[in-house]
Amino acid sequence: MSIRLDKPLQALTAENLEPVQGQLGVYQLADASGKVFYIGYAGGRSLFGLHGELKREMDSHRGQDIQFRCEVNQQYISRYEELLMLHKVDFGELPERVLREYPYQIGTLSPDN
Amino acid sequence: MDYQLSQEQQMLVDMVRRFVREEICPLEEKLDPDAGEIHPQDSERLKEMTRKMGLYGLGIPPEFGGPDVDVTTQTLLAFEMAQHRAGLYNPCYNVFGGAGLAQLYEATEEQKEKYLYPVLRGEKTSFFGLTEPSGGSDPGRAIQTRAVQDGDDWVLNGAKIFISGADHADFGILFARTSEDKTRNGVTCFIVDTDMPGFHVRRVVHTLRSTKYATEIQIENLRVPKENILGELNKGFAIANDRLSRYRIPYAAGCIGVAMRAQEMAIDYVKIRETFGGLLASRQAIQWMIVDNEMDIRTARHVCLEAAQKADRGDDFRTEAAMAKLLGSEAGGRVVDRVMQIHGGYGMTKDLPLERWYREMRIRRIGEGPSEVQRLVMARNLIGGSFH
Repeated sequence: MSIRLDKPLQALTAENLEPVQGQLGVYQLADASGKVFYIGYAGGRSLFGLHGELKREMDSHRGQDIQFRCEVNQQYISRYEELLMLHKVDFGELPERVLREYPYQIGTLSPDN
Repeated sequence: MDYQLSQEQQMLVDMVRRFVREEICPLEEKLDPDAGEIHPQDSERLKEMTRKMGLYGLGIPPEFGGPDVDVTTQTLLAFEMAQHRAGLYNPCYNVFGGAGLAQLYEATEEQKEKYLYPVLRGEKTSFFGLTEPSGGSDPGRAIQTRAVQDGDDWVLNGAKIFISGADHADFGILFARTSEDKTRNGVTCFIVDTDMPGFHVRRVVHTLRSTKYATEIQIENLRVPKENILGELNKGFAIANDRLSRYRIPYAAGCIGVAMRAQEMAIDYVKIRETFGGLLASRQAIQWMIVDNEMDIRTARHVCLEAAQKADRGDDFRTEAAMAKLLGSEAGGRVVDRVMQIHGGYGMTKDLPLERWYREMRIRRIGEGPSEVQRLVMARNLIGGSFH
């Protein structure tokens, strides 16, 4: 079982956001080449959940060619931290914006796949 | 038994209650409802306050630098420290400091220097690795992780599950089978550094809990020097068992503290919420829920304090600790459930802490030994011997 968020990336457009509901969960943002540059979550204080968070991201990246993928998840905090750890395993460091926004120490995973 | 608080106990309880309400709860208003941590700057600021209060490192024995506070007073304070949103699994976000792994107080001087003292200074963190995929309630028999001696080292292979904090820890203690004896007599406790080759935290185990998630560990040819055996060879189960009994009192106290806060919320709410032209407080169905809550809380609190007093006297408190754990976790679940019912739709939302307590309280009937195991412990102590 893969623990990575590995579903296909989609362009972050209003059309692709339409089916995303206001649920709790986690998401990744990637540039046009597919490089993940941000990991976030829609938590209990997010207005309109994943839809709201991703719409906010779309508005703040207007004019840029970016992609997203998301996962509905009630355990968004532990899933978010797991995704951060996996990103560190795969790329050696956390995305720059995460480092700025997330002041907590993250753990170390050594997944077997 | 007289549970009237002494003047000093009352003062400490009032001080901690004020601290929780004035320092912790306002921070939570700005955090995600499922958050498990406060900002590191807030954490340092609040630790400084608890040091000034003389309550930092509450669980640390005085001979190791902790404040000289008895188990009963610690229990009274634990009721208070749990009374906020994250309080069940992260009371006061650990700003009162941790005591570290209690087993390390029995370690050799060399082990204490390397592991215990850095933990007490806040320089290292640790984990407790007992439960395995084959079971956690009967660890003496369920442990399948094996350790085989090779020269001056032991080589460990196996897996552990539901281990909190292993991904953040610098070291931990792991229990492994070291003899052909398939009972608790063939288990040894090892201190393991997490940077040793062969130690892997494979994944986060997502549960109902929002904070302090569990992990799954795989151990592959992990080579541990014989100096890292904690206690005696093949006598590791006694070390595990000691923790299991001791930890039941604060574990119960956390559940009771949350139940106390939930009850307070319910009483406040029924006095202002109107239905069908009258206050909820005037409805007999609601009054009975409040009364049932109070009976649950007082029963659990009474037994929990009895266990603590026996521990303070140096008496055998295993039966009372098991009873407190069972009563605290089950009563806590019932109280939070009733208080959600009283709050109606709002009780289900993340606007209030109740839904988080409801999820996390469910785990408390399983964690640190399920209710059924607590009954088994009590039956053994009451009847004597092993009638099974």
